[in-house]
Parts: sequence; C-alpha cells; structure tokens
Amino acid sequence: MHRRDVLKALALAGPLTITGRLYAAPQTSTRLLVVFLRGAYDAANVVIPVSSDFYYRSRPTLAIARPNPADPNAALPLNSDWALNPALKDTLYPLYQKGQLAFIPFAGTDDTSRSHFETQDSIELGQALNGTRDFQSGFMSRLADQLTDVKPIAFTDQLPVTFRGGPSVPNMGLNAVTKPGVDDRQAALIKGMYRGTSLEPSVAQGFAVRDQVYETMSAEMQDASRNAVSPRGFELAARRIAGLMNGRFNLGFVDVGGWDTHVNQGAATGYLATHLAELGRGLAGFAQSSGSAWTDTVVVVISEFGRTFRENGDRGTDHGHGSVYWVMGGGIKGGRLAGAQVKVEQASLFQNRDYPVINEYRAVLGGLFGRLYGLQPNRLQKVFPGARPKDLGLA
Amino acid sequence: MAFALLSSQIVRAAVIAFSVAMLFAPAKPGAAAPEPDPVANQDIALSPQDLGLLNRITWGANPSSARALAKSGTAAFLDQQLHPPKADRLPAHAQTQIDALTISQTPPAKLVIDLEQQRRDANAIADPEQKRQARRTYRQALAQVGREAAARSLLRDLYSPDQLKEQLTWFWFNHFNVHANKGNIRALIGDYEETAIRQHALGKFRDLLAATLHHPAMLIYLDNNRNGVGRINENYAREIMELHTMGVGSGYTQADVQELARILTGVGVNLTSDDPKVRPALRDQFVRDGLFVFNPNRHDYGDKTFLGRRIAGSGLKEVDQALDMLARAPATSRFVSRKLALYFVSDNPSQDLVERMAATFRKTDGDIAAVLKTMFESAEFKNSLGTRFKDPIHFVVSAIRLAYDDRPIVNAAPIQGWLNRMAQPLYGHQTPDGYGLAEAAWVSPGQMVTRFEIARMIGSGSAPLFRVTTATEPSLPHAPRIADDPSLTTLRPPLSPQTRQALNEAISPQDWNTLFLASPEFMRR
Repeated sequence: MHRRDVLKALALAGPLTITGRLYAAPQTSTRLLVVFLRGAYDAANVVIPVSSDFYYRSRPTLAIARPNPADPNAALPLNSDWALNPALKDTLYPLYQKGQLAFIPFAGTDDTSRSHFETQDSIELGQALNGTRDFQSGFMSRLADQLTDVKPIAFTDQLPVTFRGGPSVPNMGLNAVTKPGVDDRQAALIKGMYRGTSLEPSVAQGFAVRDQVYETMSAEMQDASRNAVSPRGFELAARRIAGLMNGRFNLGFVDVGGWDTHVNQGAATGYLATHLAELGRGLAGFAQSSGSAWTDTVVVVISEFGRTFRENGDRGTDHGHGSVYWVMGGGIKGGRLAGAQVKVEQASLFQNRDYPVINEYRAVLGGLFGRLYGLQPNRLQKVFPGARPKDLGLA
Repeated sequence: MAFALLSSQIVRAAVIAFSVAMLFAPAKPGAAAPEPDPVANQDIALSPQDLGLLNRITWGANPSSARALAKSGTAAFLDQQLHPPKADRLPAHAQTQIDALTISQTPPAKLVIDLEQQRRDANAIADPEQKRQARRTYRQALAQVGREAAARSLLRDLYSPDQLKEQLTWFWFNHFNVHANKGNIRALIGDYEETAIRQHALGKFRDLLAATLHHPAMLIYLDNNRNGVGRINENYAREIMELHTMGVGSGYTQADVQELARILTGVGVNLTSDDPKVRPALRDQFVRDGLFVFNPNRHDYGDKTFLGRRIAGSGLKEVDQALDMLARAPATSRFVSRKLALYFVSDNPSQDLVERMAATFRKTDGDIAAVLKTMFESAEFKNSLGTRFKDPIHFVVSAIRLAYDDRPIVNAAPIQGWLNRMAQPLYGHQTPDGYGLAEAAWVSPGQMVTRFEIARMIGSGSAPLFRVTTATEPSLPHAPRIADDPSLTTLRPPLSPQTRQALNEAISPQDWNTLFLASPEFMRR
C-alpha cells in the first residue's frame, strides 16, 4: 500500500489547505463538544462502503446489506458509495438528511501501535509523532488557550488527557448527581484550607461547578415529572451536557466506551447496533436539547483507530488503523462524506488489513477549528504544532 | 537498613512537643477536645520520618500500626513488611468475616462452573417470565460473589498487619488489570486476586507474570481463550508486552506481537466439567488445571521467531520460553521498576533511582521485595515521604483506619460505594492499562469535591459500616473521634495555619472530622 503516494496525488489534485482563505470574525458564540469513542469503534460497519464488493467478501457474517427500503436491516443510503448503519435510522439519519451531519472517512492518526491506550493518549495530546511527548499538554487545553471567552469542561469522572496542561479545567461525570452534603459554610472553610496550595484552583472550581451542575439538575428533575420516559445512560448524560453548555460552558469533552468488539459484534442487530443506537439517541437528544443554540454548536466524534477490514474468526474485528470521524451541528455544511477518499478494495487497504489514514486528524481538526473560531495559521500551530491544517469546508 | 534511628528519648520528646503544638483551641464547646495524654501515647510515639514511612508503606497510619513500628523499630518493621509470613495473620474479627464468605467456602472452580451452569439453565428456560426471573437470580448471585471479593480485599487493607503485601496486591492487580464486568469475570475475580496476584505480590516477578497468564480471568478478559491456530487474536499478546512487561516503545515490533500471539494459541479456559476432544496424537500435550486449559488442537505448532530468537513449535513449553525472555528483558526491569517508583515515590522518579531498582531486579531475577528495598533505602524515597497525593482508595482506607483503628467494620458496602463515586472501584477499570498512578489523575475539580463529600460521610459517621442495614432497621450514626482521641493526635501530619484556623471554626466533632479529612494535609501520604 502506497499511502504516501495517495496523499501526494491528492495534494496535486487540489490543495485543501486553508492558505489564503478569508476568515469570518471569531465566533465567540460557538460551542464545541468532542465525543471520544474509546475502544476503537468499527467504522466500516457504521458508515458502510456499500459499493465495495470487497466489503461483502471480507465480512461474510458481519456485512450489512445494501440499501433496500423493504429491508429494515439494510443500510441507509448516504450517497452512491456509502450508507449508514440502520441502528441510527431515527436519530442521526434525519440529521444527515438535513445537512447537519457529515462523515470523514479514512480519518485517524499515523500512529500504528494499534494499542488503545497508546493511541488514545496520542490523539488526546495531539502532538507530532516524531518528537518526544509532553503528557501534560492536551490539544483541547491548547485550543482553549487560543480562544477568548472560552469555558471548558470535561463531562467525565476523571480529567481526560486532552485537557491536561494550562489552567485547571473542571470535570464532572453526569450519570450520578446528587444533592451536595457539604454545605456552603463547610465549602468556605475547605476552600480556606487550600488557599495558597497547588490544589487551590481545582478546589475552588470544583465547588463552583458542583453548584452549577446541581442547579441544572434541579431544573431537569422538575421537567422530568412531565416526561413519560426518562432517558438513561449516555442519552441522559448527553441531554444534561446540552443543558450545561447552554451558556455556562462552550468547550466540552465526553467519552463513551464499549467499542472494542473483538467477539460477536453483530451486524444490523446485536451488540454493536444496540450500543450505536444508544449513542445515536444521545447525540440526537443533545441536538434537540440544545434548542436554538444548535445552530452555533459543533459536535466532533472521534475514535482512536478503526478495526480490521476483514472480520476475524469470532465474528468480531481486531485493532485496525483508519476510522471514520463525524462532524455534526445545526450550522455545518453536512449531508455528505467530506475529505479525501480512496476506492474501498483490497489494494487500498493499509498493510492489507485496515482502512488507510488519508485524512489525518490533526490536519482535519485544525482546519475545522480554523473555520469555526477564525484562528489564523500561527495560532493553529499552537494547537497542533507541525500540522498542516486541511479545511474540508464543513463550518 | 539505612534508616537512621533516633534515640527513643529524642523521639518521644519531639513527638510530645509536636502533639502539644498541634492542639487546637475549640471555638465552640461542641468541638471540645481533651488534651492528649503523652504518657498514654508513648508506645505509639514516632519520629516525623517514621510517621511518614508508616503512611507510605501501609494503607494509612493508625494506632495499631504505629505501635507495631515503635515496638520493633524501623528496620525490623520494614523487614517484616517486605517478608511477611506466608499465612495470613488478620485479627480474629476480620478473619471470621472472611471465613464466612461463600468465596472462602466454595472451591473457585466449582463456584464458577456452578454459576456458569446457572446461567445456561436460565437461558434455556422457555417461559419468558420464568427466564427473566432466573436470569435475574443468576446476575444477583454473580454480583454477590464480586461484592464478597471486594469486601475481603478491603478487610485486609483495613486490618492486616502485613500492610505492604496488601498495598502491593492492589498495585499488581492494577498492573495486571482485569475488569469484573466482562463476561463472568466477576465470578473469578476473587480467586484471581488471591491466587494470581496476592500470593506473588512480594515474590518473583516471573511467577507473578506466569500466574496471571494461567488464570482464566486474564485469559477471558484479554480474549486469549479466543486465540487459536488460524483464528489469531492478538489482544493479550499485545498487552503482555505493552503493559505487563517491556512497555510501549521499548523496541519490540508488531511482528513480535504476532509471534507471541501464535505462541499463545490454545491457551484458554474451560468453564464446564467436560474436557474437549483432542486428536489422539496430541493427547499427551493436553493440560487442564482447574479452569485453565491448554488445548493442543488449537495450538499453532509451527516455529516462531520472537524478539529475535527462534522458538521451536512444542506446545505449552513455548509459553514458558517466551515468559522467561519477557521477564528477563532489560526493558521489563526498567518498566516495572519505574512503575513501582511512580506508585511509591513520585510522578517523576529519577532515572538514577529507576536504574538502580532495575539493576536489583536483574541481579535478583525479578525479586520484588529486593527491588522495593532498593527503593525504600534511597534518599529520593525518604525525601518524598508525605508528598504523594492519595488516590481514592488510599484516601478512603486511610480515613477509616485512622478514624476507627481496629474497631471492626462489618459492612464494606459503603466503602465500595465511595470508591465507585470517586471513579476507582475495585475491579472496575475497564481497560487493561489500570488506573492512573500520577497525581494529575485524581486532583481534578470534580474529584476533589466528591472527596469532600466522602470526608463528610466518614467524618459524621453516617455510613452503616458497623451494621448490615436492613430496610426496617437503619444503622445509627457512629461518629469517629478523630478530633479528641488522644492517640490520634500523635498521628497527625503537621498542619498549616490555614488548616488549623478552619479546624478551630468547627461547630461539632463531626464537623471537625469532616474538615480534617478534607484538609490538604490528609490528602497526602
């Protein structure tokens, strides 16, 4: 596989860099949520290369049927080459049809360790691969540094690597929120004890976010009595995120695990489809709960790598390389597959086993952030040092 | 042993002076605390250095452990911690609780096979409602086994005199992490912790590595039970090299991972009482030990080239050869030493310290106690005492040890709940990398406020630790006496003026406890 040659050919065919482009004024109202699918989701069975006979030969038990309106288990057409997993029929497919969702195939990192942990860290850090790594500098933290009026937050129990470095970023997992027991008097005394220590900012911010989250939850609990069905799992968290990003925070990160499908992953139904449906309900719920702010909101869905193009002996897939990234938002130019593409056939596989990466994530995200925030190339270099931002015209 | 021992008079004088200095003047009568009685505390009087050591190598200083250290002296105490007797020597109350558990009374293989049968029987039921009930009963039984394992582990952390062994049990479990929620691993988790990890926690690294490799929990967790000739699954092979032995970027290649995966073909589990059918020619190669199985039918008998060496196809023997190479690789000695130093010394242990530990590792063929001794004797270790940020389990266990000493808890469920809330439940890390050991993993704003909530629950004594709760008989609060127990004042770290000021404003003993357990000083070990 001559991946570099493909890249060169693409560069000759039509440069997609941002050089010379005019920018709109920085949009401070922009809200960005990055969703990390940890475990490497099986991109080839979510955005399906239905025009590829090789796909159907490679996945005798896992392949999802070509679009067919009469078959509820058939894929849903995106264009003549690609189709969507039917588990997303009622949630994300409508957003695609409205032009609010785009997919970037062959996306990912040039890191080929195929290790979850190595690659997740590497992507969250967003640093060049050929230097020494600074584990205390994540790309979302560096992005926050370049923005004014930025209010970052991680909706996770632990602060993710991507928010390491820079000023302290609050974090709060959203699946179990209860009324605080430490009262205001105690909170003030505790903050006093930490004055002048290295943990002072973290403690002060913790109490501030705690109060904000609880306020949002209280409103939601009142709403809940009017809803027949209350959402659970990721959908619940995603709707809460929408509430918290409504004015309080504008740069968020959340992760969703459970994608490491080595065994019995299922096809149009089964484990992956069920998990995907929950993700779809969450993201659609996030869009809906964002209300009018959805127009200024962008959601980016990423994962550490793709999975082997051929199914393994256990009706599952192993660690691969290229993935498919998603970009959603009320104001994006979606409804299409964006970025460079190659024909899906055996000859185009990386190491004869995986999707290649021809839309490198630092270039793609850099290009997107440039458009979204009107960041000049010198500032984008601070976010993704050494990367060449590639504008896919999504924002 | 290089620890300088001060003369006992100096120690006592210093500690008494220190205790008096630490007295706080209660602002309100509710928080009144009597002055500590120096005479009563002489047997647990420790130098600041010894107190720091005690807090580092145990799950948290309490009067009993302080007494043990003071009685035997630093060097002998450390030696006992590094070389504990083989048999457990828990206090009777804790041992009785452990002995009463189902996981103590049922052979592990039987427990798993029975539960597995229960699952199959439930799934075979035709009537949907009966099936639902049966599946629920199965899940409850499985959950109960998991809770028992966690309770046993916490009882040992709280009460075992062999504290270093228990701390290393957590450390090595985390190093060879498996996740209880995958498949039926919950049924195996207690046995994994007990036989694969704990028995080798202070022994030879090679034995520890081999014990995890032969345990069904690991083989299920990292899918090696699915790894067979012609159906290669490289998940476990990769993690052995990346996380368990040599470490990422230490020089091995994707080809080495693939070859190790081939070596590991046929290494798996059997959760039934029946043996698989094996071709007659290979029958003498078949191995079964409890639930562990080596099935020659599934093994790739071709020759392999692993880390530059040819390994002739010979069955399970290949695995031993590969483990020898991995356990003796210089990269492994460094990777494992660095991780131990990260846990016990600092986020950035010096290259020099790691190299010295690694040299001991290589010289002793991976003797864990010897590597630890090298670390404990280093100036870097001694200078770091009192600075390591407690991860959630250190925070919770040290608080309960300090608050209640050897007063036996009978219900570990609240502790398990707190660990959940702080995102560090036992057996609950989904990915094989284990929980982060650096301070940055645990000091985020959300983590800190959750920790304060738990400080309040422990400090107010509202959690039912001393009674198994029922719906009709809720537990009465039992607040600990951290503020006014004279023996505890000598176990406090030096407190900053801000902390003393906040404690002075406490409005009740419970409030004082909460603030103390939430203080910056209590967050470090």
